[in-house]
Amino acid sequence: MYVAVKGGERAIENAHAWLAEERRGDKDVAELSVAQIREQLSLAVNRVMAEGSLYDPDLAALAIKQSRGDLIEAIFLIRAYRTTLPRFGASKPVETAAMACDRRISATFKDLPGGQILGPTFDYTHRLLDFKLAADGDVPEAPERATEPAEVPHVADFLNQEGLIEEALFDDTEPPDLTREPLEMPAARALRLQALTRSDEGFTLGLAYSTQRGYARNHAFVGELRIGSVPVEMDIPELGFSVEVGEVILTECETVNQFTGSKTEPPQFTRGYGLVFGQTERKAISMALVDRALRWEELGEDNVGAPAQDAEFVLYHADNIQATGFLEHIKLPHYVDFQSELELVRKLRREAGAAAVQEAAE
Amino acid sequence: MTHQDEYNFAYLDEQTKRMIRRAILKGLAIPGYQVPFASREMPMPYGWGTGGVQVSAAVLTPDDTLKVIDQGADDTTNAVSIRTFFERTAGVETTTATTDASVIQTRHRIPEEPLTEGQILVYQVPIPEPLRFLEPRESETRKMHALEEYGLMHVKLYEDISRHGHIATSYAYPVKVEGRYVMDPSPIPKFDNPKLGDMAAVQLFGAGREQRIYALPPYTDVVSLDFEDHPFEASKADQICGLCGAEDSYLDEVITDDRGGRLFCCSDTDYCLSRRNAGFQGPAFPENEVTK
Repeated sequence: MYVAVKGGERAIENAHAWLAEERRGDKDVAELSVAQIREQLSLAVNRVMAEGSLYDPDLAALAIKQSRGDLIEAIFLIRAYRTTLPRFGASKPVETAAMACDRRISATFKDLPGGQILGPTFDYTHRLLDFKLAADGDVPEAPERATEPAEVPHVADFLNQEGLIEEALFDDTEPPDLTREPLEMPAARALRLQALTRSDEGFTLGLAYSTQRGYARNHAFVGELRIGSVPVEMDIPELGFSVEVGEVILTECETVNQFTGSKTEPPQFTRGYGLVFGQTERKAISMALVDRALRWEELGEDNVGAPAQDAEFVLYHADNIQATGFLEHIKLPHYVDFQSELELVRKLRREAGAAAVQEAAE
Repeated sequence: MTHQDEYNFAYLDEQTKRMIRRAILKGLAIPGYQVPFASREMPMPYGWGTGGVQVSAAVLTPDDTLKVIDQGADDTTNAVSIRTFFERTAGVETTTATTDASVIQTRHRIPEEPLTEGQILVYQVPIPEPLRFLEPRESETRKMHALEEYGLMHVKLYEDISRHGHIATSYAYPVKVEGRYVMDPSPIPKFDNPKLGDMAAVQLFGAGREQRIYALPPYTDVVSLDFEDHPFEASKADQICGLCGAEDSYLDEVITDDRGGRLFCCSDTDYCLSRRNAGFQGPAFPENEVTK
């Protein structure tokens, strides 16, 4: 005889205890420290910071540990934490031309002022499992060379001198804040970029890839990709001047896109832009391609009905915390609604059955 | 140290609560209209009731008594989890008795016991837009509401009738509020729709992921959409509760064995238990199992 099960509370507590035990794994194996995750899984840390919209490598590493390496779960922990933080103010826009670059490449020029710097990249590694790493992770020191800090100008500026690329006009309207105001359509480019920089890497990659395969193709060249640290400055009203409050590592990608002109715009190169926290170049390039595809309207291009051109589709579905929450909530009980569907289907079947019997009789 | 010391009362900071209260007041002023609000990331996932939790957090006061139900039951896992959340972060009294609660947060049901003046019913809403599955674009549906252009919805209901002989919507059945806005009542079974109108309690609807709040002030006119020749019909299983014998409550169907055995029982656990405590018995309930 069924009696409604009491004890949901105990079940939840026990599930949490089991989860904690599984997270720790075999206790004969040394426990991971947050510092180990921060130092040795730094690209995972970077992704969590970027999509969690909070630049704090230690917290991101802690979130990865707590989430057993489920990065979307880690991003969720960071988002839920950041929303409780007080806001002291807004920084000045960072100057990426003054970036101390660890990596800076251009696919459009063989050489250029500031030079090509490969930096710590997987690009030319052979993807062969390194079994030595399984036993011993010691690495020799990488060679170093002294450099003089110098401005590394943006590639697009060279093209701009010739008037070959659309001008990026200075605009100091205060950007909207996605985390403090509800997303409303139509979304201006500043808001779109804000949503894209924290969007799910996989979703953004898929959309960007779809533009390359012809769903709103926009012929992108990587004009420039740079990774490095920039100082963050804040105006302090009490002092009357700005002070440096810290440094962040950013990945910036500017694409140069072929454009044969439209009814409103002359033939020229156009731009797509990606800027993401940390070393996150797959995401930054994807962001730039999707940004460019979303600009069809202002450039007077045709809307070919491609997903990447549809701002409402892209922005409402790019956030993995919203997406995973709604997707996974179908695990929660729905038996009340299911019951009403059962009644309906039974009723419709009864009537369909009765109608068939009657037809046969006639 | 309790969570109360670590976080503000009811978790959200006062600025955020003020923003949410403004949205609630606007919603109450324009019944059925979806007010955009800057929904926050909550420490539970979107889809778990973040909209309802934010609305509850904004209306709770230290003197309130909170009840949380999911599928009509106080003991479903997510109801337990949300109740515990407010016990920890707000320290308010909680109850399972509908009549004792001043704020009730619900998912998918309206309690059977009629609510009274001074009570607040907070609904968790997954998709606040009743036109969403007819028109996926928010920019379009907002226009349709502004222009009171609800033809598409009537066409959909009419197509149901012509195909099935009935309106094939059994939950989240759309309603019209004060003759103006078409509103999604959240995924309650259509059995509950008649309780929406003319209710003495305040009804607040929170959709966290979709960033919308809407509301029904007390004694609002709420009509389930229908046609003159196909009037709306609230339906439930044609059974009585096996535990308490109620004939008027919404029933869950529980599979009891693998030979087609079924037990129908009240989805509203508080209603069922109060009836059993008052001496009512259903056909499936042995006397010795009456619990307090």
